[in-house]
Amino acid sequence: MKNFFRLSFLIALLLGFQFNSNAAEKVEYLKTDWSFKGPFGKFDRASLQRGYQVYQEVCSSCHSMKYLSYRNLVEEGGPEFSVEQAKAIAASFEVKDGPNADGEMFMRPGRLSDKFVMPYENEKAAQAANGGAYPPDMTVLVKARGGGVDYIYSLLQGYEDPPAGVTLDDGVYYNKYMYGNKIKMSNQLSDGLVEYSDGTNASVEQMAKDVTTFLMWTAEPHLETRHKMGFKAIVYLIILTVLVYFSMKRIWSRIETKV
Amino acid sequence: MSEHEYTPKSKVGKWFNDRLPLLTLANHLTDYPTPKNLNYWWTFGGILTFCLITQIVTGLVLAMHYIAHADMAFQSVEHIMRDVNYGWLIRYIHANGASMFFLAVYIHIFRSLFYGSYKSPREIIWIIGIIIYLLMMAAAFLGYVLPWGQMSFWGATVITNLFSAIPLVGEGIVTWLWGGYSVDNPTLTRFFTLHYLIPFLILGLVVLHIWALHVPGNNNPIGIDIKKPSKDTVPFHPYIVIKDGFALLMFMIVFAFFVFYTPNILGHADNYIEANPLVTPAHIVPEWYLLPFYAILRSVPDKLLGVIAMLSAILILAALPWLDTSKIRSAVFRPLYKQFYWILVADVLILGYVGAMPAEGLYLLIARVATAYYFLHFLVVLPILGFKERTTPVPLSITEPILGGSPNLAAVKKKDTFKDQ
Repeated sequence: MKNFFRLSFLIALLLGFQFNSNAAEKVEYLKTDWSFKGPFGKFDRASLQRGYQVYQEVCSSCHSMKYLSYRNLVEEGGPEFSVEQAKAIAASFEVKDGPNADGEMFMRPGRLSDKFVMPYENEKAAQAANGGAYPPDMTVLVKARGGGVDYIYSLLQGYEDPPAGVTLDDGVYYNKYMYGNKIKMSNQLSDGLVEYSDGTNASVEQMAKDVTTFLMWTAEPHLETRHKMGFKAIVYLIILTVLVYFSMKRIWSRIETKV
Repeated sequence: MSEHEYTPKSKVGKWFNDRLPLLTLANHLTDYPTPKNLNYWWTFGGILTFCLITQIVTGLVLAMHYIAHADMAFQSVEHIMRDVNYGWLIRYIHANGASMFFLAVYIHIFRSLFYGSYKSPREIIWIIGIIIYLLMMAAAFLGYVLPWGQMSFWGATVITNLFSAIPLVGEGIVTWLWGGYSVDNPTLTRFFTLHYLIPFLILGLVVLHIWALHVPGNNNPIGIDIKKPSKDTVPFHPYIVIKDGFALLMFMIVFAFFVFYTPNILGHADNYIEANPLVTPAHIVPEWYLLPFYAILRSVPDKLLGVIAMLSAILILAALPWLDTSKIRSAVFRPLYKQFYWILVADVLILGYVGAMPAEGLYLLIARVATAYYFLHFLVVLPILGFKERTTPVPLSITEPILGGSPNLAAVKKKDTFKDQ
């Protein structure tokens, strides 16, 4: 058994190094209690729905969501909108389809099977409309940033006046959580910016939390299944390990050598 | 190896076995006499076989859904993560499986270093092992490029550019590797092909590795030659099978924890940004398991010499059976070697740490000292130690006490502690 402690010590040591190496350039992010953290973490359904609303009304005019389809909004483990709601959401967008029998492209209302409609035709158009900066696609944004959800949550609330001595060009803003502190997105959230349909008070903090929760889901749509399956898998493995341990003791007892 | 000839009991079995002795092989594997004092560090061979099979099986499924094209690779990975049934599970097992594979292989290698398993008559096993390790690094690097994220792209650019350090033909070789003038679609398609090929080369070498092992048989914690079969050995089945199985299950619990609860912690966030040849990431870092070698590469100011140092750091291991001049295998009876061994372990961990840090200031200095010590250990310490070191008496067998003269109590005590584990 002593070896197992040594072994786990070694593993812990290796991981410690890994964490250390990541921690080197971290700033203290704002903290909030995420319902999806931890081995039993689940998404807060209402928060996801509100988050979708914030994304839709605030972010989606610049940020695409290209790996998500309208049907995902209905799926288990997500915002779980009803099929009717999701159909209505999809239908509120115009989707380019075709070519038809005449060889023409045409516009039609969106369906559940459509991908989220992009705000710009292409990356160049997005850059042209945003002073040269490309608003990143948001589908996996949370996983594409070192600080993850805490970083996005903090960034949305991190706008402040630049400290003395820092001069900002036109269209550049100061954000204390941004890498290098200079960001080309202006402060987007202000109290009461959206009117939540469930009556929740739309404070900046609340909107930042909801939209970040929504982004966590778009990045990891199977997070709930993963957590549930992981618990079962690990419990199963532990039980099996214990059984195998006693079988091993039994078998080795034939030759009187300790294992 | 078992001395007795095996004959199948059934007539059909005998008929088949005379034509293709698979049953004899199965019998050999079952009866294979194994030292009974093997500790848990010896279970990593079986664990590594499990890792290889896991990577091959999950990789097969991923390849069915993955599209090796610069414009579609990133998107196809997201497709696997979202729309393929349990695609997220398969991909996370494959991605974390690579890290688990390296974790196990490093333990396996350092076990060999501690107990002198590379020494005569097991040099060929060791050298095959080093080739497997090299191929593993190649497979891991190629695989990391496939999702076509920022780290994939820039990692591929940095590593392939190392070849440009070769005088005269360097640039030509790099263009040839890329299939163009930069890392692009032709690079991706060939990397995918090679990533698919290498695991099967590894599988073949693993068969040779095990075959070569079964000629002299296993080394053991006290590192002595034992008679086989004898009181010192147990048949592979069921004794070693169940012990390996138990250790494998423990390993799988750790593995499952990563897959289900922190699947992205060992990867780099930048790899969730699609490859963009116009934007260079702030820091280009390889995966953790390559960091010590990355540190060695960067600690040499000259590019060509850096590449040579990095390659030598691995290839020097192949010469280890001849660099280590000591006749005693196990570090248990080598008090000085044991200390140098742990210094080497610390040295490699330090190299890994500074490999993840920017190559400047104190980090660079530490990297240089650690690199120098790494080579010093193999080229100076080990050859000299074999002649200078006073080893403690080695027992004649695993079960018998030390014979000849007065038994050395310390050694007997050592032996007992090993049996306890």
